[in-house]
Amino acid sequence: MADREFRAVDLAAERGERRLFQHLDFTLSPGQLLQVSGRNGCGKTSLLRILSGLSRPAAGQVYWGDEPIQSVDGGTGSCLGYLGHQNALKEDLTAEENILIAGGLGGARPNREAVLSMLASLGLAGYEDLPVRYLSQGQKRRVALARLLLQPRALLILDEPYAALDVQVIEVLRSAIEAHLARKSMIVITTHQTVDIDGDCRNLHLG
Amino acid sequence: MFRPLLALLRRDLTLALRRPQDALTVVGFFVVVVALFPLGIGPDPEFLRSLAPGVLWVAALLAVMLSLERLFSDDYRDGTLEQMLLVPEPLGLLVLTKIFAHWLITGLPLVLISPLLAVQLNLRPDEIVMLMLALLLGTPILSLIGAIGAALTLGLRGGGVLIALLILPLYAPPLILGAGAVDAVMHGASAQAHLSLLGAMMVFALFATPWATAAAVRIMLD
Repeated sequence: MADREFRAVDLAAERGERRLFQHLDFTLSPGQLLQVSGRNGCGKTSLLRILSGLSRPAAGQVYWGDEPIQSVDGGTGSCLGYLGHQNALKEDLTAEENILIAGGLGGARPNREAVLSMLASLGLAGYEDLPVRYLSQGQKRRVALARLLLQPRALLILDEPYAALDVQVIEVLRSAIEAHLARKSMIVITTHQTVDIDGDCRNLHLG
Repeated sequence: MFRPLLALLRRDLTLALRRPQDALTVVGFFVVVVALFPLGIGPDPEFLRSLAPGVLWVAALLAVMLSLERLFSDDYRDGTLEQMLLVPEPLGLLVLTKIFAHWLITGLPLVLISPLLAVQLNLRPDEIVMLMLALLLGTPILSLIGAIGAALTLGLRGGGVLIALLILPLYAPPLILGAGAVDAVMHGASAQAHLSLLGAMMVFALFATPWATAAAVRIMLD
């Protein structure tokens, strides 16, 4: 599965009546990172939602290997992980419960040790048993990242992952991304910050 | 195959336990509405008894309706619904699991508390048994049909009122059959036809509505 390419062919997106972008093509091979840049409102989030199969493009098609992304065996979720603007955490559950349940939904066996060590590596040791409601914005973002990084997916789609994170955590995330690339995973990322990542990086400028 | 569904069921039940007020308001609403009727129409026991099936069923419909808005809207707001689209399971099954959790949290308590209210409205023991049986078959239908409305009004302002307009007309068949079953027992007839039709309706809703709801969720999140 890991040797499949991720392709976008002649993509176009619209918001309301306005064309955000059109004739967008790219191919991403295992181990590559695609950084999407552009001004506010140029369609970065729309592009990422289309790539993850959540929205339908106005034209064009996204392929996982030779299959259109909507008809991948086992659903789009079996090949990609997506982190949007929202953290997708339940405020009444603790960080640990949130991650364990997300893992269970993905079909994984609960692995408490892995969750605790991932939370600790993102600087959340001691916060595992607290309902997420009591965490700060940045800490919630870290919990969401921990959840995403624990899911073994061949493609990660990250929308502004650095938002609300402090310098140390950005560093941890950077090395996690590099480790993912080294394992022949693919990553699509949007960001306004420049974070240098070692590896095969491509740039895509919208607008 | 069933691990994701169990995880989702467990999650929804845990959330309901951490916020018991949501489920309690639904039961409280049911109790208060039924308790208001004798105050409004007078204390004549025979008259109350003849009204009881309809009153209990309409109150149950409205109580379920009250809870529908929250079925998907919390998950929609915090983004977990979006993540659910990316779970490698058929969305219809996930939706069905959520509806089952919703029934356990709101429908089942209504069934369990209905005998108390039925006594208050002067129903006899055999009629109370029939009422519970009819509600047991009927409340899942209410949750299943209501889920379509809840999904179609995701993210809309004033969604609650819109759900009522969309869904209440569809609640007429279970209302007629459910109240009719109790009426039949009251008049010494057999309620078998009513119960069979209710059961058939539940089976049909069980198979058809999760897919319609899943399609609505996908469209509203596009």
